Amino acid sequence: MAKSFPVMHFDAVIVGAGGAGMRASLQLAEAGLSVAVLSKVFPTRSHTVAAQGGIGASLGNMSEDSWLWHMYDTIKGSDWLGDQDAIEYMCKTAADVVYELEHFGMPFDRNDDGTLYQRPFGGHSANFGQKPVQRACAVADRTGHALLHTLYQRNVRARTQFLVEWMALDLIRDADGDVVGVTALEMETGEAMILHAKATILATGGAGRIFAASTNAFINTGDGLGMVARAGLPLEDMEMWQFHPTGVAGAGILITEAVRGEGGILLNANGERFMERYAPNLKDLASRDVVSRSMDQEIKEGRGCGPHKDYVLLKLDHLGPDVIIKRLPSIREISIKFANADPIKEPIPVVPTIHYMMGGIPTNVHGQVVAPKDGDPNSVVPGLFAVGECACVSVHGANRLGTNSLLDLIVFGRATGNFIVSENLKAAPHKPLPGDAAEASRARLARIDNATSGESVSAVADTLRKTLQAHCGVFRNQGLLSEGGPRAARDAHLDQRSQQDVQHRARRGARAR
Amino acid sequence: MKIESDPNFLDDRQLARIRWRCRRGLLENDLILARFLDAKGATLTEEQVAMLDTLLALTDNELWDLIAGRCEPEASVRPLVDELRIA
Ligand SMILES: Cc1cc2nc3c(=O)[nH]c(=O)nc-3n(C[C@H](O)[C@H](O)[C@H](O)COP(=O)(O)OP(=O)(O)OC[C@H]3O[C@@H](n4cnc5c(N)ncnc54)[C@H](O)[C@@H]3O)c2cc1C
Repeated sequence: MAKSFPVMHFDAVIVGAGGAGMRASLQLAEAGLSVAVLSKVFPTRSHTVAAQGGIGASLGNMSEDSWLWHMYDTIKGSDWLGDQDAIEYMCKTAADVVYELEHFGMPFDRNDDGTLYQRPFGGHSANFGQKPVQRACAVADRTGHALLHTLYQRNVRARTQFLVEWMALDLIRDADGDVVGVTALEMETGEAMILHAKATILATGGAGRIFAASTNAFINTGDGLGMVARAGLPLEDMEMWQFHPTGVAGAGILITEAVRGEGGILLNANGERFMERYAPNLKDLASRDVVSRSMDQEIKEGRGCGPHKDYVLLKLDHLGPDVIIKRLPSIREISIKFANADPIKEPIPVVPTIHYMMGGIPTNVHGQVVAPKDGDPNSVVPGLFAVGECACVSVHGANRLGTNSLLDLIVFGRATGNFIVSENLKAAPHKPLPGDAAEASRARLARIDNATSGESVSAVADTLRKTLQAHCGVFRNQGLLSEGGPRAARDAHLDQRSQQDVQHRARRGARAR
Repeated sequence: MKIESDPNFLDDRQLARIRWRCRRGLLENDLILARFLDAKGATLTEEQVAMLDTLLALTDNELWDLIAGRCEPEASVRPLVDELRIA
């Protein structure tokens, strides 16, 4: 293999073509910058396609609403741990970015008078928690799909360059610590490249697949987080994960809250409707975290179902075949296909399932990645940005409000694009690449290419997923975590790998000095 | 290195490419396609690969609609859709 890789130059390189990456790229391409968007899958197959519920914005089309009420719901939902300035910006900007999408041609559902229809959603309230309000803008149950297609088409028009089935490998940092691009692999040919950029934006989505039970598609492996960690930068709030209470046991597929809204109930091995004990008022309709914890408690105390007593049951048959066939047809399909149970006759086995990563790469509201340096906890890492689920602007705190993720993507994707445009990058020269720009990636690829023994990646990944599931589940305590940390590091062979990285960094540091 | 292979079956590289294209945005499709490839990947015929390629070019929702039986496929890909439906 050659000592270095061929180099391509762009004003901006974006890793990830989900909603976040494509919203940012659109802003840049329309401003005339040369933009490359890398994606390891075809852009419209990014995981954003799975989002059904909608995008939250206080348009007030159904009844009075206000961005302040949306802000309150978001902060309350976050367990008061979100960044309130960032949340204020997001909720204030929400209406603008949704109308912008409408003008891009996104086919939102409408009311008879032509305004955008908004549907009810858990946690959305009017007047600071007084009563529910309809705030979610949607395109039937395919909001994410419509968003991706709209953004993709606009990007093609704006001449964004898509590098499809390209896998980003590592960030390139120079001696000052600035990020000047990424290394990447064209998957079809196996050729590695350097993408030299004035701005590098990570938009690689969530990492739900590091857990054994996940509602996320297989591609959600958190690559951007790995790139940042390998570059020696810290991550934020990585302990904060949202569990969805009703993922199909063994498969992960999400069963929407609407099922419990229609009257579905949760039962333990004794056939008891246990939510009556944990939440006497709301019962099965209590919030996601309450239901998840209650289910986990039942399983931990030995009242789980099945041969391993490791799931509970979601019972629907009492609703009658008519309601199930008419109102929950897709749930029935999923249950038959993935749980081998027809809910008209038998209950669906479900478990609390990893759904969303609140933490990630720390950024400010301009999408600039920040890290502690010289006593400043939020020192900007020049050249590096992050948006979407991989980023932690900290608008979700400890718990994301439903429909706020799609909002996060478009608000901060756009804000990051605008910020980069304002930096007038077009006129600025590229910062030179360090001499060893490709070295870390080259060494890693060579090692993998030349390895004649060792474990298979999927076996290692499986062990890691099991460890995280067992030690970082719904309930965590010191004992579990202290045991799980070293185990996870061993599973991922981090010890060995970080040894190499440390040596590599030491070498590079010595040269820089 | 030259790989001698049965022309009727896929070589490792072709199979790896198909496996990667079976990485989708919807977990539903991921799971079905993975089951199908685990069971049949090694013995796929050229004809089946052509059908699979056509199906993989669909959007995730179109593909899932076909697999879940919400709509019917064109005759040219019918045999493979039938296999996916029971995978
Ligand atoms: C079942 C489900 C339903 C949901 N419903 C809703 C909802 O109704 N409302 C809501 O607000 N949120 C919802 N969410 C959450 C929301 O969909 C996601 O948080 C959001 O779509 C993430 O978007 P993203 O742009 O950050 O990343 P993604 O859409 O995941 O895109 C990541 C991109 O990065 C690329 N990539 C990753 N690694 C690499 C690499 N190494 N090299 C090159 N490219 C790479 C991928 O190819 C992809 O293009 C839902 C989530 C799930 C799982």
